[in-house]
Amino acid sequence: MKDTLTPPAAVPVIEAKGLNLVFQTADGPVQALREVNLTINRGDFVSFIGPSGCGKTTFLRCIAALEHATSGSLTVNGMTPDEARRKRAYGYVFQAAGLYPWRTIAGNIRLPLEIMGFSREEQARRVDEVLNLVDLAGFGKKYPWQLSGGMQQRASIARALAFDADILLMDEPFGALDEIVRDRLNEELLKLWARTGKTIGFVTHSIPEAVYLSTKIVVMSPRPGRITDVIDSPLPKDRPLEIRDSAEFIAVAHRVREGLRAGHGDVL
Amino acid sequence: MRNLLPILTVVAVIVAVWYLAAMRMNAAWVYDQAARDGIEVSLSQVIPATLTQERPVLPAPHQVVKGLADGLFGQKITSKRSLVYHGWVTLSATLLGFVFGSAAGMALAVGIVYNRAMDMSVMPWAIASQTIPILAIAPMIIVVLNSLGVTGVVPKAIISAYLSFFPVVVGMVKGLRSPDAMQLDLLRTWSASGAQTFTRLRLPSSMPYLFASLKVGVAASLVGTIVGELPTGAVAGLGSRLLSGSYYGQTVQIWAALFAAAMLAAALVGIIGMAERATLRRMGLAR
Amino acid sequence: MSGGITGRALAAGFGFVFAATLVADRWIVQAGGETAGWIKLANLVALWVCASCINAALAGSGRAAARYLVPAIFGISILLLWERAVAMFGISPVILPAPSAIWAQIITSLPTLGADFVQTFVKGALSGYLIGCGAAVATAILIDRSPFLQKGLLPVGNFVAALPIVGVAPIMVMWFGFDWQSKAAVVVVMVFFPVLVNMVAGLKATDQMQRDLMATYSAGYAQALIKLRLPAAMPFLFNGLKIASTLALIGAIVAEFFGSPIVGMGFRITAEIGRLGLPMIWAEIAVAALAGSAFYGAIALIEKRVTFWHPSQRR
Repeated sequence: MKDTLTPPAAVPVIEAKGLNLVFQTADGPVQALREVNLTINRGDFVSFIGPSGCGKTTFLRCIAALEHATSGSLTVNGMTPDEARRKRAYGYVFQAAGLYPWRTIAGNIRLPLEIMGFSREEQARRVDEVLNLVDLAGFGKKYPWQLSGGMQQRASIARALAFDADILLMDEPFGALDEIVRDRLNEELLKLWARTGKTIGFVTHSIPEAVYLSTKIVVMSPRPGRITDVIDSPLPKDRPLEIRDSAEFIAVAHRVREGLRAGHGDVL
Repeated sequence: MRNLLPILTVVAVIVAVWYLAAMRMNAAWVYDQAARDGIEVSLSQVIPATLTQERPVLPAPHQVVKGLADGLFGQKITSKRSLVYHGWVTLSATLLGFVFGSAAGMALAVGIVYNRAMDMSVMPWAIASQTIPILAIAPMIIVVLNSLGVTGVVPKAIISAYLSFFPVVVGMVKGLRSPDAMQLDLLRTWSASGAQTFTRLRLPSSMPYLFASLKVGVAASLVGTIVGELPTGAVAGLGSRLLSGSYYGQTVQIWAALFAAAMLAAALVGIIGMAERATLRRMGLAR
Repeated sequence: MSGGITGRALAAGFGFVFAATLVADRWIVQAGGETAGWIKLANLVALWVCASCINAALAGSGRAAARYLVPAIFGISILLLWERAVAMFGISPVILPAPSAIWAQIITSLPTLGADFVQTFVKGALSGYLIGCGAAVATAILIDRSPFLQKGLLPVGNFVAALPIVGVAPIMVMWFGFDWQSKAAVVVVMVFFPVLVNMVAGLKATDQMQRDLMATYSAGYAQALIKLRLPAAMPFLFNGLKIASTLALIGAIVAEFFGSPIVGMGFRITAEIGRLGLPMIWAEIAVAALAGSAFYGAIALIEKRVTFWHPSQRR
């Protein structure tokens, strides 16, 4: 019998140990990641925040096997990132929606399903399902340029959800949108997360966004890219937008800001 | 340097394939000759024979180089067999026409950008004319002008001018119109006059487009001049060398003339390229 | 609004001058005399200025129809000028035939023109175009996997594309004979490199983000090629195809200058030059112009359907 009073056991989904990544550039070697140790459990919403060059996007790309570490270990679902990628373990959302202008919205969402070999009926079913999830029902036949920026980004998220990956990796997905649309999409993302129970890795520049969305905030700093602080958020799972004015919220945001400033002042 | 190796590899492969093709295509004649003389020839005798024929179906690379060198350096510059002489005839007509055609093209482009009526009446025709095979009229123009007493370099220059005119017009108009609305608004907030806007914004922005169309124009002018040398059995110019080579079956002459024309085209485009780099570097637009 | 009235007044004024000098010229000629040079010149100048004023007024009016009327009026006025000049200055048809004479020639020579068209355009230009463009696209895809080959082939390709390729016509005639095959071969050589250069550029046109997305789906090379890179390459490909269409017709006609059976546009032009049959030459050119623009237009139409999504088509 399940004990509903104890929280569910933390199952590590992404584990990084002593991760290092050095880029060889024309100006010499650049250490993008230094000794990164982090565990992300199932169902976590983890935000990565820091100034440019701190390695947050690089780390996300390592998880996605789009970059490869020079040393250290990184496992996704117990496998190497490459194996996880081949097993289609995650969906990736980029900063730009990146929808194909020659396909309709539904066609764009079908793209990964076609590549992964789902049947036609399965494709149609999933497309309808995720369009409803992101509140774009009825827009399937439109072309990307007929949609606003916010709607395009929602379609991009739908595309990442279509094939049942447990992990969702998002790289500053709302960065190009205005504040009002951003707030709305933040709320929708939280609802989505509650409904689907996915593990989400989210890169952002915005402190309020990071604190609002996450269960765990990873503060990073540049030169070399490293983790300065990992904050487990005390905020409840159910968060209306007003929570951003509460004392708890401001305390967490303050701690994040301190972490950022500390990393900024560091000379290593 | 890293870019040189792939190019050299590709060129080396092309030369190798060329030799093989020459051997294969010229072999038939060698075998025919041998059969006529009633002797057997082995492969090791055939191969050198295919590469040293006087009138091969496909001259080998070294034969072309020899023909080229002979035409360029082995003749007196004023002789009718000198590629320098013929090259100069073609070049003079090309340059004359190109300079006039481009200048006129640039002037018309300025008119089109600043006068709406000119824009609406001429531009559609300028664009449409690029789909029309104007080169086909070249022989006719030569003949007509010749019968009017206009001979020599001028008719070819006219064709050459016409062929460079339209690409330059279209390219220059595109370039003069390339600054975006934001840039133009900024100048308007400073009450800049039309001339100031032209010299400080439109003209500099049009440079990349202008040079691109000048390269197209000079190549088109060269082709136009060569084609203009074909009719009436013209006796001077690279086109006439091509034609006479084809009439008399002198394949090496054809290939040598073709390569001379190619070198000329490459040199002309190269010179414009150098001018482009120098200009863009001075303007800070160099990539 | 005063500008418009001045424009219209000028147009009307010069129109009147044109009509007056026309009538005077006809009168004098019918009476057996020789019209003075200044009347003839005034006639032509008045025509030109009248048409220009009409166009200036139309251009300033901002009416939508003006976009078609202005170039049309410009073109028609050039034709009229041509016709009037030939008639009035008695220009010999051996030098410059009048548009009416050319039209008459076209009407009477339709079968010949048709046969020439089939020989040069359909058999020579079109077949060479299809073979050349097909080969270029295939080559582009083949060398797509090898940056080394691309770095070597593209500069060579750019170099070759700038050369006077029509010069290979005599060589092609030697290899493939006099008939349309050698002309098609010239066209193949002419269209191959521009299309290759454009297609390679098109295949490179996807940005890193798009390719990363495909990587996250663990898509294979073929899948990424068919679903992403080929559609993204279409605008570039059609740019090359349009350029190639003009090159194809030029190549086929000029190649015929170097030797051809007794049919074909290029052949007809060289033959009629010898007989000073200029109206026929102009008739052939008119057919060639029509064919060239129609060919280009057809490709532009296909481009519109295939690349409907591109910003340049969504005006």
